[in-house]
Amino acid sequence: MATTKAKTKGSSSRSKKKARKLPPKDMLEWMYRTMKRIRLFEEAADRAFKSARMRGALHFYSGEEATATGVCAALEQTDYITSTHRGHGHCIAKGGRLDRMMAELYGRSTGYCGGKGGSMHIADLDLGILGANGIVGAGIPIATGAALGSKIRGEDKVTVCFFGDGALPTGAFHEGINFASVQDLPVVFVCENNQYGMASHVSDTSAGNLADRAGSYGMPGAIVDGNDIFEVYETFTAFVKRARKGDGPSLMIADTYRHHGHTVNDMAAYRQAEVVAKWLERDPLLRFRREVIAAKALTKKLLDSIDTEVEQEVTEAIEFAEASPFPSIDTIEEGVYAD
Amino acid sequence: MTSTQSAASTPTAAQPRMIFFNQALREALDEEMERDPTVFIYGEEIGTWGGAYKVTEGFLDKYGPGRIVDTPISEALIGGAAVGAAITGSRPVAEFMYQDFMGIAMDQIVNQAAKNRYMFGGKNALPIVYRAAFGAGIGNAAQHTQSLEAWFTHVPGLKVVTPSNAYDAKGLLKSAIRDDNVVLFFEHKALYRERGHVPEEEYLVPLGVSDVKRAGVDVTIVSYARQVQFSLKAAEVLAEEGIDVEVIDLRTLYPLDIDPVIESVQKTNRVMVVHEAVRFGGFGGEVASQIQELAFDYLDAPVKRLGAAHAPVPFSEPLEFASFPSVETISQGVRDLLQGI
Repeated sequence: MATTKAKTKGSSSRSKKKARKLPPKDMLEWMYRTMKRIRLFEEAADRAFKSARMRGALHFYSGEEATATGVCAALEQTDYITSTHRGHGHCIAKGGRLDRMMAELYGRSTGYCGGKGGSMHIADLDLGILGANGIVGAGIPIATGAALGSKIRGEDKVTVCFFGDGALPTGAFHEGINFASVQDLPVVFVCENNQYGMASHVSDTSAGNLADRAGSYGMPGAIVDGNDIFEVYETFTAFVKRARKGDGPSLMIADTYRHHGHTVNDMAAYRQAEVVAKWLERDPLLRFRREVIAAKALTKKLLDSIDTEVEQEVTEAIEFAEASPFPSIDTIEEGVYAD
Repeated sequence: MTSTQSAASTPTAAQPRMIFFNQALREALDEEMERDPTVFIYGEEIGTWGGAYKVTEGFLDKYGPGRIVDTPISEALIGGAAVGAAITGSRPVAEFMYQDFMGIAMDQIVNQAAKNRYMFGGKNALPIVYRAAFGAGIGNAAQHTQSLEAWFTHVPGLKVVTPSNAYDAKGLLKSAIRDDNVVLFFEHKALYRERGHVPEEEYLVPLGVSDVKRAGVDVTIVSYARQVQFSLKAAEVLAEEGIDVEVIDLRTLYPLDIDPVIESVQKTNRVMVVHEAVRFGGFGGEVASQIQELAFDYLDAPVKRLGAAHAPVPFSEPLEFASFPSVETISQGVRDLLQGI
């Protein structure tokens, strides 16, 4: 569906429409397993934190799984992503191993970054994960640079830049997408509008129709239901094809909601209970299960067996992390510079 | 890294080839662009205009818009794009035009480029060069003349290079481009039209190696960038007074090669650090501190520091020239140091 015009909020809901064509079975299984891995990984991390076995700042992605998963379903492993402080979902969807990610959250030497990065700083170039990022909006110039590099080197790679609604007002956002458009770079900007910065609602921080930003910079834009993995996948697939053809960047805004507060410590008292309840009813995993079971695309039994397998994987990830050593103290100054 | 720096910084050939500082930089970029197809240059007005100080003049015609990329006035983009391009396989050389403009890109330089390798586990290579013109003396007033190098030496993950002449500028820039780390390459804007000896044959000057620009036994001056030229002129003035000054050019502020400084102080027992940056909190404080840590017993006087006044660089010519060290104030500083003032 080559979306070339910004949709307005709400117009994209397809929940009332009749059954739609779903991706093939192996893709459906991968989608569900990936969303479940994100959800259970974070539930385990939440328990570890709250029992004082883990420290630091954790920003949970739960509730937004359909966006990262729907996007990464349309990518090749050789494609790149940049991520955010709320990045567990992006890294898992791009192929991150739960054990090495969990070890990183535990600050252990077996983590993706040897324990030196933590939850907000996970990267693995072999998987095309250019890095989560603790600075809101900062991944946008980096993603743009990765796309510039791919273009200059003549490589057939697309970069996806994930960021949140909080990044829309930053200078980095405007500088990045403007340059990407001027240079027709192979990058897709994916804004996860989870409605809040910390406690600030997006309506108080970003003016106008969010997707109009795309048109201002001469690129296609769309607002999608970010909790509907099939809508994310369909819209994003068109955008990524466009980028891969050399036709330039685009901006997809995914409306979604974080189930948790801003951080693991945030009880999110600024949110109304009835709104939260409404969004929980739109939980992307529940919706996925309902739809694929109704369409007889996957059985409940299969979905339940995936649940069990992922539970086991997460248990092993925790065991791996807790059994792993901390990095040696004498490595404090190692890895700052290349030789 | 190999070095053909050896005998070096002073012309030895019968008719040494003398070229401008900005030509030397242009040659370095040109040679590295030819040598390595992953090198590309981008920044504000570096293409059609040829760079604010004409360092990349002619490059757009030679290399085309694929490798010579004019950017909008978007310093955060310039800073960050280097990170994305570098970790995915390019060797970007980004130009900030003026060091003063780097404030807009500080997040990308300090939080992204500098930390990328370490916080992501020590695996990534970041072969980035950020070039910028800095320094006062040409009437550009407060927002185009600062010497902010100490901002960057304070951040682990960055290297900081400050050449003082055409020879070093060329050799250091070539080394910087080949380095797998983030290198900030600061070019004093009053040096661009200074000529210096640059041989025809290729050479590198390694990062992290200080250079004794003038040998002497009475007093050591430690400096970098344009103040090395002033210090050498002051040494000539002082030589006529019978004072034999040794001038050491740090060339690279990080990594800092302090050994030649310590060896010199052990010989002269008196040392003055000279830079154009504001004296308070300037890089001279680090140098002075290391000297007293490593050579305290050799010092016959406190380490003296000369730097700029604690004020933005003023526009008015007499004020501007009085605001930072000159041949006269350096000469007087040495006299004072010898007299224990």
